[in-house]
Amino acid sequence: MATMLEKPPTTEPWVAHSARIADIRPEVPGVFTYDLEFDDPAMAESYCFLPGQFNMLYLPGFGESAISISSDPQERGKLSHTVRIAGNVTQALARKQVGDPLGVRGPFGSDWPMESLRGHDIVIACGGIGLAPLRPAICHILNHRDDYGRVILLYGSRTPNDLLYTQEYDTWRDRHIEVEVAVDIGDANWRGHIGVVPVLFYRLRLKPQETAILSCGPEIMIRFVVFEALARKVKPENIYVSMERNMSCAMGLCGHCQLGPFFVCKDGPVFNFRQVESYFNLEDM
Amino acid sequence: MSAKHAPVGSFLTIGTEQLQALMDVLKAAGYRTIGPRLMDSAIVFGDLDKIEQLPVGYLDRQDGGSYRLEHDDAAGYFDHVVGPQSLKRFLYPPGETLLESVRTNGQWQMKAPTIEPKPIAVIGLRACDLHALAIQDKVLLGGPYVDPNYEARRENLFIVAVNCRRAAPTCFCHSMNAGPAVDDGFDLALTEVNRNFVVEIGTPKGAEIMFDIDWLPPARNEIDEAQAVVTNLKAEMESRERRSHGNREAPRQRYLNTSSIHDLLLENLEHHRWTEVARRCLACGNCTMVCPTCFCAAVEEVSDLSGEHVRRERAWDSCFTAEHSYMNTGTVRKSTASRYRQWLTHKLATWQDQFGTSGCVGCGRCITWCPVGIDLTEEVAAIRGSEDSAGAKEARAVLAS
Repeated sequence: MATMLEKPPTTEPWVAHSARIADIRPEVPGVFTYDLEFDDPAMAESYCFLPGQFNMLYLPGFGESAISISSDPQERGKLSHTVRIAGNVTQALARKQVGDPLGVRGPFGSDWPMESLRGHDIVIACGGIGLAPLRPAICHILNHRDDYGRVILLYGSRTPNDLLYTQEYDTWRDRHIEVEVAVDIGDANWRGHIGVVPVLFYRLRLKPQETAILSCGPEIMIRFVVFEALARKVKPENIYVSMERNMSCAMGLCGHCQLGPFFVCKDGPVFNFRQVESYFNLEDM
Repeated sequence: MSAKHAPVGSFLTIGTEQLQALMDVLKAAGYRTIGPRLMDSAIVFGDLDKIEQLPVGYLDRQDGGSYRLEHDDAAGYFDHVVGPQSLKRFLYPPGETLLESVRTNGQWQMKAPTIEPKPIAVIGLRACDLHALAIQDKVLLGGPYVDPNYEARRENLFIVAVNCRRAAPTCFCHSMNAGPAVDDGFDLALTEVNRNFVVEIGTPKGAEIMFDIDWLPPARNEIDEAQAVVTNLKAEMESRERRSHGNREAPRQRYLNTSSIHDLLLENLEHHRWTEVARRCLACGNCTMVCPTCFCAAVEEVSDLSGEHVRRERAWDSCFTAEHSYMNTGTVRKSTASRYRQWLTHKLATWQDQFGTSGCVGCGRCITWCPVGIDLTEEVAAIRGSEDSAGAKEARAVLAS
């Protein structure tokens, strides 16, 4: 959380770097993963990010959209974004093809505190597209598996067809990540849990003093994940949440993404629960 | 009189007619001179070539939701106070291009337009607006990311400040420690005394400009008189503030009790007053537009018909719009109550967490230009509760006597 960028911010903060789409993979209905490559080899070489950070993707004529990075931070040269097609910019992105150009500004924001959580058991609790910004954290754990204790992924989506990255679950399980999945509505072939993500806590036997929670998803889901974690005596300072607000400039200059005293774009998106707890249950904050 | 050097911190005197010489010297030094002018029945900043363009003899009658100009032969050069505009309009313009993109052969060339702004010299800036400038500096220059356009304009700004001789009922700079005395951040500061201006030299740049102007060492007592202007005004504001408690006949003076205001507001995020003020608030955003420190801005795409020339245009935005907090899941701040709460708590409380200073300088513009006369000092007093309201103070005074 709140690891400041080591690179000095640019003198031209509004200028996007030109890149192009190297690959497009349909994930689930309405969600695609875009692999991007920078046009400038020096940029491609120097670009690095931390798990939980995001980029501003720019489609000239349509605008910018804040999209979390979902690739492995250790795999240099690979930059992926898993995008749910929702607004003006992402709809324009959905019409693009491999080879098409776009702009990238970033990375921005705070990261999951993977270093300071070494030695902890980790519960990753997320819903829907909320798994995308946690995939780099899972990659980091896989790259440093011995640094962490028990690792559990609690993941939920609306239907079995909406579950992201299903082809990776077996690889993750092989590396001793417990993957528990729930859906709101099952289908004829669904043999797993039915229900919301917080309910998946019921069967867990945690060592609360040694457990950290990383959560991302709809705000209402995060609220109940935190509720379940606290009820199990997980220390509030070991709970991290990724918040979403209207991030337009990503630099704390435009004022849109404020949440209490924070600019979610630069003070977040990843917050320690202690930072945001007083704003958590308020309507329309 | 020949040119003489006046050191920083010293005082000197010029006749009012020498203002023209000051303007001419600034122009000769390459500045675009701006200052208060009468336009559309209000006093606003505009380009200034001749001192005749100054609204000499005009007074502004301001109150909640009301602004009227009247002529008074006794009024001096700068006896009006602040109008609907601040310097924000010039340093952080309401609209500007941030990025230009051109597509050639399927490749986007993206670049920020180079701006080489003509240096601005502003004449007649008040203490509140100087403090607002210092706050904008923190917001736009003080963080990890710097706004390059604001920086370019700010760098070469020349400030001729003016000490207020009069306060509107909407002024409460004295409660925000932002006036009425001009105390810092100016190149030259003027105080009108007996149809002369006492000039304080604030910077070497200011001294350099005065080098080319005929001035006199101040007459005996003139410096004291100049300093008494603001000390007396401050005392008057404080006494009017006391008299206005519960007395409808006395001239009103707004004031804001800022003690623990950060915690007061953040501990009352669910206070019923937010809903109450929302019944009056039109969510028009006027308060944010006239505020000299509000910095929210939205960026829009402007494309030509071919789609090959695209500009990103920044425009002032307001936290009172539904779009301000819009995300895919909908607008976060759906109610007017939540938007007013965002504005007021940001301005007076969370601004302190973000930038180490209040976002309010007590200029009173948001009170004057609110179409329904919502008064933030009243809203804070209401949230502070009976303990602090005018009526309660009056009751206590009656009990004590």
